[in-house]
Amino acid sequence: MAEATANGLGQHALHATHAHDAAAVATTDTHQEHPIKLYLVVWAWLFILSTCSYLVDYFGIHGYLRWSLILIFMMLKAGLIVAVFMHMAWERLAMMYAIILPPILVLVFVTMMVFEADYTLLTRIAFFGPGP
Amino acid sequence: MADTTMTHTSQMETRPAGWRGIAADWASDQRAFKNVSWGKAMMWIFLLSDTFIFGCFLLSYMTARMSTRVPWPNPSEVFALRIGGSEIPLILIAIMTFVLISSSGTMAMAVNFGYRHDRRKTAILMLLTAALGATFVGMQAFEWTKLITEGVRPWGNPWGAAQFGSCFFMITGFHGTHVTIGVIFLIIVARKVWRGDFDIGRPGYFTSRRGRYENVEIMGLYWHFVDLVWVFIFAFFYLW
Repeated sequence: MAEATANGLGQHALHATHAHDAAAVATTDTHQEHPIKLYLVVWAWLFILSTCSYLVDYFGIHGYLRWSLILIFMMLKAGLIVAVFMHMAWERLAMMYAIILPPILVLVFVTMMVFEADYTLLTRIAFFGPGP
Repeated sequence: MADTTMTHTSQMETRPAGWRGIAADWASDQRAFKNVSWGKAMMWIFLLSDTFIFGCFLLSYMTARMSTRVPWPNPSEVFALRIGGSEIPLILIAIMTFVLISSSGTMAMAVNFGYRHDRRKTAILMLLTAALGATFVGMQAFEWTKLITEGVRPWGNPWGAAQFGSCFFMITGFHGTHVTIGVIFLIIVARKVWRGDFDIGRPGYFTSRRGRYENVEIMGLYWHFVDLVWVFIFAFFYLW
């Protein structure tokens, strides 16, 4: 039964014929065949985005513009790596949500720790006085 | 029977898509990840747990940096290198970033050639990835040496907030460990590819399960994750 399911997909039929144990090999071999050009384009974009985020520091941009630029370039790079290099873009939604949603919940933890850090700073200033 | 049957979603038009698809895929006594093998699913779940580990490191760094009265050392100056008589800010870190991104690119291409059953190209690209990873670790060792000789310790440093050292050594050290483990595994998997283990479905040494070219992709997932973590460390620790 397993063999029938696997070989039903056209692209599996090809290597199932020359693999020694067709059933065992083909059953769980999920193909991800994309043109090499796609990876080269993504690679180039990762270089461009990294250069951009380095230039933010090189030109000494400060304040909210610096932070938002860093975050934008970071998210674009992370998105490209996860979507194309890790093939998440071709997975089913059930898989995407199971992996991508939980890390987003870390933002709740971030919010809690921002309040906690502000409180700690406040008590330190009240006890030791403002910084040296 | 080692593996449960996989549902090939491309030929099953009966399976609903979108939100209904999520509910239907997760519902009742069946496998949730329809067209993902157990090996790949488990790697993703491991990476998810690793995300939380690095997330906690970056969070504790954020908390330390936000709650100190003493100014935080300026990473742009701390990690500057003197090349040709002028200080270039963060240059070593920038080069490390490019090296790691390049290794991710070669890894992605190795996965691609793996699925085309091109043994030679897959193995060479994986070894190239390992070489770039080793270069990264080497540059990190150089960076650590430089900072230690300048007096950075987990309990203090010459430039400002004492927590800088502990955050730096913890975060980059843990990431460097991940890269090192990745390099070792890349070499092991590259050897298997070269020997043709995945063409004949030769059982693995520890698992006794038949190897297949998907192992290269699972290895790739780990390696891309290491690169992904560096994207966040680069943004939050070095650039912020």
